[in-house]
Amino acid sequence: MWGRAIILALLLALPGMAPAQTRPETERVVAGLSHDNIGITAAFNGSEVFIYGAVKRNAPEPGGAPLQVIVTLEGPMQPLTVRHKSREWGIWLNTSKVRVAAAPSYYSVATTGPIATILSPATDATQRISVPMAMRGFAGPLEVDDARPFTEAMLRIRETEGTYSLREGAVHLVEDTLFRADFVLPANLVEGDYKSRIFLLRNGVLVDSHQAAIYVRRVGLERWIFMMAREHAPIYGTLALAIAVLAGWGASTIFRLIRN
Amino acid sequence: MQIYLPIAEVSVNAFLLLGLGGIVGLLSGLFGVGGGFLITPLLFFIGVPPGVAVATGANQVVASSISGVLAQFKRKAVDVPMGVVLQIGGLIGSGIGVWIFNRLTVLGLIDVAVQLAYVVLLGTVGSLMLLESVRAMVRSRRGVVRHLRRSHHGWVHRLPFKMKFRASGLYISVIPPVLIGMGVGVLGAIMGVGGGFIMVPAMIYLLGMPTKVVIGTSLFQVITVSAFTTLMHAITNQSVDILLALFLILGGVIGAQFGAILGGRLKAEQLRILLALLVVAVALKLALDLLLPPGEFYTIYPGLS
Repeated sequence: MWGRAIILALLLALPGMAPAQTRPETERVVAGLSHDNIGITAAFNGSEVFIYGAVKRNAPEPGGAPLQVIVTLEGPMQPLTVRHKSREWGIWLNTSKVRVAAAPSYYSVATTGPIATILSPATDATQRISVPMAMRGFAGPLEVDDARPFTEAMLRIRETEGTYSLREGAVHLVEDTLFRADFVLPANLVEGDYKSRIFLLRNGVLVDSHQAAIYVRRVGLERWIFMMAREHAPIYGTLALAIAVLAGWGASTIFRLIRN
Repeated sequence: MQIYLPIAEVSVNAFLLLGLGGIVGLLSGLFGVGGGFLITPLLFFIGVPPGVAVATGANQVVASSISGVLAQFKRKAVDVPMGVVLQIGGLIGSGIGVWIFNRLTVLGLIDVAVQLAYVVLLGTVGSLMLLESVRAMVRSRRGVVRHLRRSHHGWVHRLPFKMKFRASGLYISVIPPVLIGMGVGVLGAIMGVGGGFIMVPAMIYLLGMPTKVVIGTSLFQVITVSAFTTLMHAITNQSVDILLALFLILGGVIGAQFGAILGGRLKAEQLRILLALLVVAVALKLALDLLLPPGEFYTIYPGLS
């Protein structure tokens, strides 16, 4: 009698606590991207990326806390400087600054529900999932007493621009198995490798995660102009001048012919 | 139609660029100025980074100045030796200007420095022009003949290295023109302007050149200086955006022709007052940006500086 009760209790308790610890393979994520490379052409006007996937189980779905999915999409890391303006001699000047070693050029987090309830702070700290976690460290010694207003301002500005975003409820989870998240990449996209991460969570604790990359590259004319400007600067500069000279001369000639 | 600018790394509407180029071209056709003082702030406004706006603005000035100077050559209204002397000063100034530009960028003061330079210069030149043209209009109403005061025959004429400038009818030292060229070169590199709006009054009032050769000679010297500025920015900062320049130039050359036609239908004094009002308006707008508390006290700059 007691023996059966213990087994029953164990069976009931297992799903709630087990997945992350004893049997991490119970629920796994398989995922795909609508495209794994994006070409920036001259006519590039932003791009939509769909990240979709399914939860693979080799056992019946555990009960208890519902399955939650968070999908993030992250642009290439860049160093940046945040400057603060203050009034000097009657005009507004940049006076103090904080240098950030690396912050993603784009960062978007899509979730199945409110991030505060589905993601535990400990998991967020180790996996760096939420938007404020996107920034990685400062460069060099801090020149201000308190860097927090600077990093908060950076997040605020980028959220206003739309380059950083948190969209709660934007992951559509069907029957606790199939999910999909849509991302709209802005038109002023930075070239580089974009990283998408998918997190399966139960009780705020990580069950499984998956990573995939999207390669964003300038193509065609854009690539040619960019490489030329970087690697053959003197030739590029001369070319820019040649265009200007030709256009200036051409325009005056054409309009003189029209007038005559 | 959106277009992605490869160097500026922003996507903008192609027709907007053509329109901006067109407006600036219209003004240059109307008033005989390069229009750099307008295009650079307008580019800031549509989200082009300041460095790219200044460098690409310089490139556009090359095109509009060439288009303009060819017509002036036909009228024999270019003082070539004077232009060459101004250019020598201009090239030195331009080199110094690009160096200052890079220093200010590192210090994070470039935006403010550019804005301040615009406010001071446009404010001064605009107000002087406004006063002068209002006075001229009042005088012409009263039918009084206007006497143009030539440069003072004082210390300027005692300087060494004198040279004959036949087209201008001058025999003066090369030092003042070289210094004027230098000053305009420095400003051109920092502000992305050709400097016609400073050069023209300086030639008339400081050097005492006759008005008929002033515009042609100014355009002639601006070509070399802004070409050099473009090249320097392209090599040291890689900040010239050819695609952006192409659309601005295309709009600009068309606008310039309409400007020239429109200019033929307006009176000279009316034109000058319009230009003066425009210059003062741009200066006021930029001054307000510096004086009023900004909406956002923090700014993100790419890179570590």
